[in-house]
Amino acid sequence: MLGRIRSLAVSQEKIVLLTAIALFCVFSIFLNGFLTSGNLVTLVRGVATLGILGVGMAIVVIGRGVDLTIVAIYAMSAAWTLHLASLGVSIPAALLLGFLLALTVGVINGVLIAYVEIPALFATLGMASLVYGFVRFALVPLYVVYMPPSANDIAWIGGGFVWGAPTPILFFALIALLGFAFLRFTKVGRFIYAIGDNFAAARISGAPVRPTIVLQYVLSASIAYVAGMITATAVASMNTNVANSSLIYDVILVVVLGGIGLSGGRGGIRNVIVGTLLIGILLNGMTIMNIQYTLQNVIRSLILLAAIVLDSLINPRDEQTAQQGDI
Amino acid sequence: MRKRNIAAALGFVFALTGMTVHAMADGIDDPRRADYFKAFAGKTIAFVPVTMGIDLTEGWASVMKKQADRLGMKLEIRDPHFSADAGAQAITSLIAEKPDVLVVHNPDVQSYARLLKRAEEAGIHVIQINMRSNYNSDVYVGADWIGIGEGEAQGIIDKCGAGTSGKVAVLQGQPTSGSDSGMMKGVENVFTKHPEIKMVANLAGEWDATKAHSIVSTVIQQNPDLCGVVGFWDVMDLGAAAAIKESGKPIALVTSGGGEQMACDNVAKGAFDKEIAYQVMDQGRDLNDMIATVLESGLPPGSLKAVVYSPQLIISKETLRPGLCWSASELKK
Repeated sequence: MLGRIRSLAVSQEKIVLLTAIALFCVFSIFLNGFLTSGNLVTLVRGVATLGILGVGMAIVVIGRGVDLTIVAIYAMSAAWTLHLASLGVSIPAALLLGFLLALTVGVINGVLIAYVEIPALFATLGMASLVYGFVRFALVPLYVVYMPPSANDIAWIGGGFVWGAPTPILFFALIALLGFAFLRFTKVGRFIYAIGDNFAAARISGAPVRPTIVLQYVLSASIAYVAGMITATAVASMNTNVANSSLIYDVILVVVLGGIGLSGGRGGIRNVIVGTLLIGILLNGMTIMNIQYTLQNVIRSLILLAAIVLDSLINPRDEQTAQQGDI
Repeated sequence: MRKRNIAAALGFVFALTGMTVHAMADGIDDPRRADYFKAFAGKTIAFVPVTMGIDLTEGWASVMKKQADRLGMKLEIRDPHFSADAGAQAITSLIAEKPDVLVVHNPDVQSYARLLKRAEEAGIHVIQINMRSNYNSDVYVGADWIGIGEGEAQGIIDKCGAGTSGKVAVLQGQPTSGSDSGMMKGVENVFTKHPEIKMVANLAGEWDATKAHSIVSTVIQQNPDLCGVVGFWDVMDLGAAAAIKESGKPIALVTSGGGEQMACDNVAKGAFDKEIAYQVMDQGRDLNDMIATVLESGLPPGSLKAVVYSPQLIISKETLRPGLCWSASELKK
C-alpha cells in the first residue's frame, strides 16, 4: 500500500522532471545564450518567489488543506509595510507590523478551519477577499505602493547579492531547506502527513490535529510575508492588484504539477522545486524566443495540460483515489 | 478765460464724481453668469476608471471633484478594480441611471465600444480619458500616444546612436490597450528611419513590475551588449530599472507615465533616464473644461467629436526642478 502510493507520487514527479529536462535540452541546443551561467541564474531568480510561495502552499496541501489567501497575504502585508515606512514609521517597526498582519490572518485561517470546521477552500477564499478589501480600505489607500528612500537599508532582501548569487534564490533555497527539514524530521511535520493521509486516524492515535492545522496556516502566512518583502524590495514597489491576479493558480500549479496531490498526505518540498523549475524554464525560454504574451499563455497551458494528461494515462485513477477525491 | 478754465475744471470734477457715484451705485451684471451656473447645478458626472488607487485615476478624480463641488454637480465613481466585466456592468447600469456626463477610462479598445455608443444614444455625453476605445464619442481627452511613442523612441536613439550596439528592447504593457497600440506605432515610426537601431526584443509585462523585472533580466542575459530599453509605463518599468541596476550595465531606460513624484525621484537617482509624461493634473483640467463645454453647449450627445491631446512633459536630469512632478499621496491628505 505504502509502496504503491510512493511509486505513484514518484511517477508524477518524474514525468514533470523529464518534461523539464527535455525542454531544457531543446532550449540549450536551439536557443543561443540559454545555457549560460548568467541566464540560468536569471531563470531561477525569475521563479524564486513563486517557489517560496509554493513551499508555503505545499505545507498546507500535504495536510489536506489549501491556502487561497497566500497571495493576498503576500501582496497586502508587504504593501502595508512599505506604506508604513513611507509614513515615517521606523523600518524594524514597519517590518514587525507587516509580519503581525500576516500572522493574524494565518491564525484566523487556522482557527476557522480547525475549530469552526469550515472547509479550507471556502474559509481561505473568503479570507483572501477580506484581506485585500480590508487592507485597501483601512490601511493602504494607494493601489501601487512605492518603497520610500528610508527603506534603502532593507533593499538587499530582494535586490542584493551574496557570493555572487541573487538573494531571492538564496531565500528560496533556505526556505525550501527549512521546509524540507520541518516536514521530514520534526514530529509536527510527520503529524501533517498523518492528518493529510487520514484525519480521523491521526486524531484517534493522539495527534494534536487542531493546533497542527493552525500551525500550517501560520507557517504559510509567514512564508507569504517573506516572499512579499522579497518582491517589494526587488522592484522597489508593491502592486496590490497582485492579490486579484492569477498568481494564486500558478502557486497551486507548481505544487500540484510537482506531484503533491490535492488529496493530501504525500509529496514533499522536492516536488515544489521540480514544478517551479519547469515553469521557470518555460518562461525563460519563451522570453528569449520573443514570443508574444498571449501566445506564451497558450503554450504554457498546453504544456502543463500535456503533463497532467500524460500523468493520468500512466497513473489511471483507481477506485480508492476516486473515492478520496481531490481536496 | 480764467472763469472758463474754472468752469471746465469744475465740470470735469463733477463729471468724475458723477461717474464714481454711478459706478458705486450699480455694478454691471454679466448676463451670461446666471445661465452659466444654471447649466451645471444638479448635474451628475459618472466616472468609470480602469481602477482607482493609481496615480492617474486618483489625480483626475480629485480635479473633477473640485469643479463638481464648486458648480453644485455630483461626481459618482464606479471602481471596477481592473476588471473589464465589472466596468461593463457599471456602464450598463449607468445607462439606466442616466447621468449627464459619463467619463470613461477604457481598459482596451474593444470592451466598452458598443456600450459607449448605447450611452450616447440614451442621451449621455461620453468623454473618454487617456485610453480610448474604437468608438469615437463626444470627446477624447488624453495623451497623444503615437507622439509619446515617437518621443520615447527619439529619447533612446539619442542614447543608442553611433558607437553603441544599437540594440534596444521594447517592454509593452498590454498589447491590446489603446495606449500600447499607439505607442508601438510611434516607436515603429521612428525606428524605421533609423536602421542602426536593432529591436532585439518586444515583449509585454502586463503592467506588472515583477514580470517586467524577469523579462528585462532575461533579455540582458541574452544580449549582454543591450543599449537601451523603451518601457511603456513607469509603474511597471520600476521592475525593468531594478533588473538594469542588478546587471550593473549602463543600459538606458526611457519610460512614459503620469508625471507623478515617483517619476521625478527615479529620474533624480538615475533609475529612469527620461520619462515622456502626460501631466495628470492638466488632463484633469482639460476634462473639466470639456465637461463644462458639453453641458453648456446644449449640443445633443454624440455630435461634438472633439479631441484634446495633452502636451508632453519631458522629465530628465536636464529638466528636473522642484514642483515639476505632482504627488498622489498629497491628494489623499
